[in-house]
Amino acid sequence: MTQSVWHASGYNAAQIRELAIFFGLLLTAIFLIVEVVALLVLRRRHRGIQQEPLEASHQPGSGTESKLRTVVGISTAVTVLILFGLTILSVSVGKAVTASVAPAGSLKVEVTGKQWWWAVRYASDDASRVLLTANEIHIPVGRPIAMKGEAEDVIHSFWVPSLQGKRDLIPGRTTQEWLQASQPGEYRGQCAEFCGLQHAHMAFWVIAEPADQFQAWFDHQLQPAVEPTDEETQRGRAIFLRSACSLCHAIRGTDAAAQVGPDLTHFGSRRTIAAGTLPNNKGNLAGWIADPQTIKPGTHMATVAIQSAEMQPLIDYLESLK
Amino acid sequence: MRYIAVGCCLLTLIACKREVREVRPSPAVSGILGDAGAESALRPAGEMAHQNIVNPYEGNAYAISEGQRLFNWYNCSGCHANGGGGIGPPLIKKDQRDWIYGGEPSNIFDTIMKGRPNGMPTWGAKIPEYQVWQIVTYVRSLSRLEPKSATPARSDTLEQKTSTIRPDEKGAAH
Amino acid sequence: MTPVIPEQHAHADTDTLRRTWRTKPGFIGWLSAVNHQDIGRRYIVTAFMFLLIGGIEALLMRLQLAKPENTFLSAGRYNQIFTLHGTTMMFLFAVPVMEGMGIYLVPLMIGTRNVAFPRLNAFGYWMYLAGGLFLYGCAFFNMIPDAGWFAYPPLSGPQFSPGKGVDAWAQMITFTEVSALCVAVELIVTILKMRAPGMSLNRMPMFCWSMLVQSFMIIFAMPAVMIASTVFLLNDRTLGTHFVNPAEGGDPLLYQHAFWFFGHPEVYIIFLPALGMVSSILETHTRRRIFGYPALVLSLVGNGFIAFGLWVHHMFATGLPQIGEAYFTAASMMIAITSGVQIFCWLATMWSGRLHATAAVHFVFGFLFIFVMGGMTGVMLASIPLDLQAHDTFFVVAHFHYVLIGGALFPLFGGFHYWFPKFTGRKIDETLGKVSFWILFVGFNTTFFPMHWLGLVGMTRRVYTYIPGLGWDYANLTATIGAFLILLGGLTFIANVLRSRRFGERAGNDPWQGSTLEWEAQSPPEPYNFPNLPVVTSRTPLWTPVSERPIVIGMREDRREVLITKVLDAEPHHRSVQPPPTLWPLLTALGFGIGLAGSIFAFNWYYLASLLGMIGLIGWFWPRRPLEVEQ
Repeated sequence: MTQSVWHASGYNAAQIRELAIFFGLLLTAIFLIVEVVALLVLRRRHRGIQQEPLEASHQPGSGTESKLRTVVGISTAVTVLILFGLTILSVSVGKAVTASVAPAGSLKVEVTGKQWWWAVRYASDDASRVLLTANEIHIPVGRPIAMKGEAEDVIHSFWVPSLQGKRDLIPGRTTQEWLQASQPGEYRGQCAEFCGLQHAHMAFWVIAEPADQFQAWFDHQLQPAVEPTDEETQRGRAIFLRSACSLCHAIRGTDAAAQVGPDLTHFGSRRTIAAGTLPNNKGNLAGWIADPQTIKPGTHMATVAIQSAEMQPLIDYLESLK
Repeated sequence: MRYIAVGCCLLTLIACKREVREVRPSPAVSGILGDAGAESALRPAGEMAHQNIVNPYEGNAYAISEGQRLFNWYNCSGCHANGGGGIGPPLIKKDQRDWIYGGEPSNIFDTIMKGRPNGMPTWGAKIPEYQVWQIVTYVRSLSRLEPKSATPARSDTLEQKTSTIRPDEKGAAH
Repeated sequence: MTPVIPEQHAHADTDTLRRTWRTKPGFIGWLSAVNHQDIGRRYIVTAFMFLLIGGIEALLMRLQLAKPENTFLSAGRYNQIFTLHGTTMMFLFAVPVMEGMGIYLVPLMIGTRNVAFPRLNAFGYWMYLAGGLFLYGCAFFNMIPDAGWFAYPPLSGPQFSPGKGVDAWAQMITFTEVSALCVAVELIVTILKMRAPGMSLNRMPMFCWSMLVQSFMIIFAMPAVMIASTVFLLNDRTLGTHFVNPAEGGDPLLYQHAFWFFGHPEVYIIFLPALGMVSSILETHTRRRIFGYPALVLSLVGNGFIAFGLWVHHMFATGLPQIGEAYFTAASMMIAITSGVQIFCWLATMWSGRLHATAAVHFVFGFLFIFVMGGMTGVMLASIPLDLQAHDTFFVVAHFHYVLIGGALFPLFGGFHYWFPKFTGRKIDETLGKVSFWILFVGFNTTFFPMHWLGLVGMTRRVYTYIPGLGWDYANLTATIGAFLILLGGLTFIANVLRSRRFGERAGNDPWQGSTLEWEAQSPPEPYNFPNLPVVTSRTPLWTPVSERPIVIGMREDRREVLITKVLDAEPHHRSVQPPPTLWPLLTALGFGIGLAGSIFAFNWYYLASLLGMIGLIGWFWPRRPLEVEQ
């Protein structure tokens, strides 16, 4: 799984990685110089019997003092110059890659952090092309994405290291950043601001695809939910609608339209369940619905008593929502 | 010294009920779609023994905060606002007599589970029972019927409104 | 005016002095102590207890994180433990232990008998103890904070942190803040007004300079955390205010600004005394005056100032305007200069002196390795693009443990080994000291070095577990093993201390032939410190020949008299009588403590706090007859 600053597949993350390598090498060199001097100092130490009483004070001559002053002075000046340079470098890279304002022609995506999942909204001027989904963000390769971030409850932080640095999602504010994938791939991100009991299990996926594949995905996601084809899945839909599920979850094309939980219209097409916690398959889904508190203790997903005879049709239906 | 140590260990067992955060549904409550909180023991064909229905989350701070969340999520606010009422009656009661169907936990539980005349829907088929108890505890806390130490002093969303703090249209800094 | 006569060593009546200055025996005497040695010792011992508790919390955390999806601790329990770990280490260990070292050593180093306000000193300690007991007392009753040591709202607000845990945290901060402010006031006045005659500011030991700057920093920084935790957070939680409620016009960032305005100087408050300790250790162990005294002093002062201009670097990810954030990048880089200058000066001192590598010096070298590495990662974090990747990951955890443990704990342990003979009268075992150093050094690096890598491969902070398959398993396991090594090192140190206290070789006044005044006093010091107050003629008073070391005579011995001198040049100004031991500071602290503790449950307890506190203060300040003689 790629969730790494080093595996930088985005334009922004790649720049940051270059900066990190430069900083790392330079600062490691400085560190080694200091340590080598320390070791040389150690070599010059007074040896001898440990118990020997320490001699009286020993003042070096003024020649030594002035030489030392010169060395310390030069070292300080060099330090100042290096730090000044690093500051300038850092600010200019920051302006280029971590600014809030996105380049023109960006795809607009809005992310709302909620305890403990991600509500995703693809914005559009055309209301019929606004897409609501959850936990999995598809983006076209090579096009900048303007991310707007909000939070519903507590402070969260949107971080997908392979693509960009993080941005906090703060209730009452809208934060912005932009990112861009340079190559196709699947990148995992995770919430990076402590947000309560299940902060550890609040992940998401960013799937970067070639533009045409992305468009196909997007257009398909805009469609209402797949109609159930056989009796099993029809039963599953009925179970979904009459149980507590529809109190929180929406499936477009049915009567379920609640917004407080993740949108499930195309749930079957997602790679993970419970915000990146489990791979999406029937077994995990059954476990999640039957007892969410074992997988994510404290989650706001209700523990709904689904009879064992009803579980199979229900998960068949949900997995059919491709 | 030893006694102090033992005493301290015993104190930890008190594990203050207010502070417990029970994330799993309490198994004790189940299948109460009968007369959970009848207002009186009188009924046709003689008196009925009161069923002793107890709120498992009485005085529990976590339950009150969960109830607060569910009150908004399940749109109780749609009719009851944040306790002030609107379409439905206010839920902030100054006096025990102001409760139309009783203010005991079992009464409120019944109200939510079975619905009431004049527009209170029946939620029993939809909302899991343990969540109903959490909402019950929260509703009672609105009228200061729950310990003050378990009740938050304010809601985080007293009035839902958009914040005025936004970056300007051109975006934030440069 | 007190005559100052050189070359005359009038014999002071040490018996009378001892009777005047000693702490009364018995339990009540122990409770009413106002001597700086007693109180300093208490701070250090209490802080050390909290270090052990915080360390156990850390071990529990590491056990939980040793493998993915571990079930050793539940999510809620883990959140409580990491909150307690951070809170204990920052508020209940790091600042108090440095205060304790300051209270103990500063009067000895500046050649006086006690701190300026002895009863305030006692009060500060009792408030600190009350705060620690309050937090852990609440923990016994399951009121455990779990929103992190920084407790950001809205998570720590009334809706998302139900119960009283976070309230207990917020109010504990009030206790420890009041305590820190008391000590800060104490030390500033003591250092500026009670130095030995002749100890002008440019002859003052570096440790005293570091305590002076640190104390000023406390006065400016601590009120900010009071505002953040008490005014903003506690009031929102208990009174229904909306300071940090965005739905009603409040702003969570307001809290962050207030908290970090304190939070960043806080780490320098912890760090500066350690720098002073390094200077002290090195001066003695290189047998030469510390190189670059003016540069070192200016660097300390610079550190103190610049530290107040860095706080937004904790908030780079919040979307504040980048041009404003860039200023904080510059400042955060700049503070590396002041730290760097000090390191260069120390290296110069060691180079040109005759370095004796005792256990204390081992810890100084440990500091040079670990702190410098932490400083390097700090420079990386100062850069906004890098910080946006590394913020809130284990990279930051690695960074701050490197600078805090390397920069504060290692010098502190060095200081423990260095001043052990002074505190206890016995020499500490050098070999065991070096062994404990190596175990701690290896253990520390084993624990925290892998965390740099972990952060950069995506592991965020404050997570109670992680899913398998991300490749984080081995690094976490390594870190857990290292944590146990640290435990072993700590236990070795404790064993060394306990054994040396009972069986160590007796040390005289000055086992290291040190340069500063504390080595003139007995080991351990008599309650009056010096039979005659010294007069200082150089920066290294104990390295001037005895014949050139005047003393002060004419001070009364039958009552607690100290000499007040002028701020800049320490010319004697007047004598001042100090109050005798008293229970009132304890009673006042108890009064405030009961009220503050109860106030998280009901506002009316604040009234009780005021009332009881007022009674305590009245007793405390009850006028005494002017020339009260100690019986």
